Amino acid sequence: MVAKNPVRKTVLWSLLAGVAMFGFAMFVMPPLYDVFCEITGLGGKTGGRYAAEQPEVDQERVVKVQFVTTNNSAMPWEFRPLTDAVRVHPGESHKVEFYARNGTERDMVAQAIPSVTPANAAQYLQKTQCFCFDQQPLKAGAEANMPVVFFIDPALPPSVNTVTLSYTLFDVTDRQSAAVTARN
Amino acid sequence: MAHGPAKGIGRWLRATNHKDIGTMYLWFSFAMFLLGGAFAMVIRAELFEPGMQIIKPEFFNQMTTMHGLIMVFGAIMPVFVGLANWMIPMMIGAPDMALPRLNNLSFWILPFGFSLLAATLFMPGGGPNFGWTFYAPLSTTYAPPTVNFFIFGIHIIGASSIMGSINIIATILNLRAPGMTLMKMPMFAWTWLITAFLLIAVMPVLAGAVTMMLMDINFGTSFFNAAGGGDPVLFQHVFWFFGHPEVYIIIIPAFGVMSAIIPTFSRKPLFGYSSMVYATAAIAFLSFIVWAHHMFTVGMPLAGELYFMYATMLIAVPTGVKVFNWITTMFRGAITYETPMLFAIAFVILFTIGGFTGLMLAIAPADIQYQDSYFVVAHFHYVMVAGALLSSTAAVYYWIPKWTGRMYNETMGKVHFWVSFVAFNVTFFPQHFLGLAGMPRRYADYSLQFADWNMVSSIGAFAYGASQLLFLYNVIATIVAGRKVSDPKVWEGAEGLEWTVPTPAPYHTFSTPPAIK
Repeated sequence: MVAKNPVRKTVLWSLLAGVAMFGFAMFVMPPLYDVFCEITGLGGKTGGRYAAEQPEVDQERVVKVQFVTTNNSAMPWEFRPLTDAVRVHPGESHKVEFYARNGTERDMVAQAIPSVTPANAAQYLQKTQCFCFDQQPLKAGAEANMPVVFFIDPALPPSVNTVTLSYTLFDVTDRQSAAVTARN
Repeated sequence: MAHGPAKGIGRWLRATNHKDIGTMYLWFSFAMFLLGGAFAMVIRAELFEPGMQIIKPEFFNQMTTMHGLIMVFGAIMPVFVGLANWMIPMMIGAPDMALPRLNNLSFWILPFGFSLLAATLFMPGGGPNFGWTFYAPLSTTYAPPTVNFFIFGIHIIGASSIMGSINIIATILNLRAPGMTLMKMPMFAWTWLITAFLLIAVMPVLAGAVTMMLMDINFGTSFFNAAGGGDPVLFQHVFWFFGHPEVYIIIIPAFGVMSAIIPTFSRKPLFGYSSMVYATAAIAFLSFIVWAHHMFTVGMPLAGELYFMYATMLIAVPTGVKVFNWITTMFRGAITYETPMLFAIAFVILFTIGGFTGLMLAIAPADIQYQDSYFVVAHFHYVMVAGALLSSTAAVYYWIPKWTGRMYNETMGKVHFWVSFVAFNVTFFPQHFLGLAGMPRRYADYSLQFADWNMVSSIGAFAYGASQLLFLYNVIATIVAGRKVSDPKVWEGAEGLEWTVPTPAPYHTFSTPPAIK
């Protein structure tokens, strides 16, 4: 071969580029996408605990808020909203409760993950208190009512009249990872 | 020369000669083409009439998925790698590829990758049935148990592509004959250099996507599971970040083939060589920033839709430059219509039609109507079949005299061309109508109003499939009993280093680099 080193250099750079792109896909794209969704509210992800001052109540407008629950396929608990829907004025705080019962014969820990539909309403549903901020331990056979306190931001786009808040319940008994909680 | 080819099967198993490996790639891709084609025949047979006749819907889904995977990864990508192996060293005056052993490895893992993929059809649960785009959660939560074989198959195929591209980049950047500057390279070498960069950039992203699937399925992560804090839409972004450059990986080497064939039979140099190079590079760059036009309906901010719509339409500009240059090359040329030229002209016409339907699909508000309909199927078969496949067929007819020292039978070549040209259009043009009338893709059945055009389309597909057997016969007949040719310049209008070596090309060429004027 005429020159060995230039070939080796090209190969090393190409390999490096390939490995870097794999790393980009695996370790950069998912978090980047999460950040992007957090900014735009895409994908129905809601914000964390609302701590700032509550805005004024808009008495003119009524928004219907619906509640739905889903169990992850590996989750045997009974899980449902005690209220199916409420009508609220934007800016007005509301408390609703969700019922959960651990019908199994072992102590378990659950984690609820919220999601809002339509996606462009996600960043306007603010929770000041939510069972989804913490993990929920229930002893075998125990039941609990789990509260959510929320309000609708008056800046909610005028085209939105109905907001659906959905919770999916996960079994996290085996892996009480902080990562899942942190992502809400 | 130092030595000729080794005897027996060892010549192929331990092949390091770029011509031997090129030949194996070409035959392998043709075998995969026939396999993927057989799946297409099953699909068209089932869709011949409304209602369920031949296969079960579950198997139909496996057929559409496997047809797409085999054709994209098994037929079209390897055929161009085969052409690159054969032609690039001869075009740039190099004795062989830069990394001959890596070349052997990158070919020989392919049969294993595709065996893994095809074997799933015989396993409990059946083969992949989630479409060649394998969107999560269809390919994760609801996937058949064989999905892990699919994932490892894709890993192997991707590794092969990456090794092949590293080899091509190392060859082109380091082994050019002295005096051959980058801007003196034949277009085919240029298009492959750009394609190889695309492959290195996006095949690892595909590997990342299937690795995340693997982890979601087997190791309890939630990359694509909304309930675990992930998002299935993320899958679509990752996939199309790979997938859109992938369609240019498929078509850009075809541009290179066209830029070799059209000047030869027009007896004029390629018009606008440097604009061709820049246009190809521009297409490659744009391919990275338009991926979300495949997913206009997932829910995107208006600004996003507008951006991806306009950026996509921008690709028509460099593509238009290329089509303009080919037509201008032909303009007032002394054109003769041998089989490769017929395929090349058909490419220019049909690829342009495919490009125009692509522009229609780029319009975000219209795409909401067209998406997932047969209009999309018609569009991408006009660019994949009429683009990539016709051009690789043209390339085989164009270079086979150089490879074998024998001329194909011109009459048979022309018959092959006209049958495939007519059959292709009979198959896919009606699918535009079906799509605009609202027939969704990927279903085993359809409502009655779509019956007539589906029957026409199926008849065309059978004729197209049969014409490829004619192609196989042509190639074998040429190798076995074709008229011998010995002129180094098989075509009188051909230019380039590959036409300065004897015909048939000896086992070793350019052991001493040629002088470039």
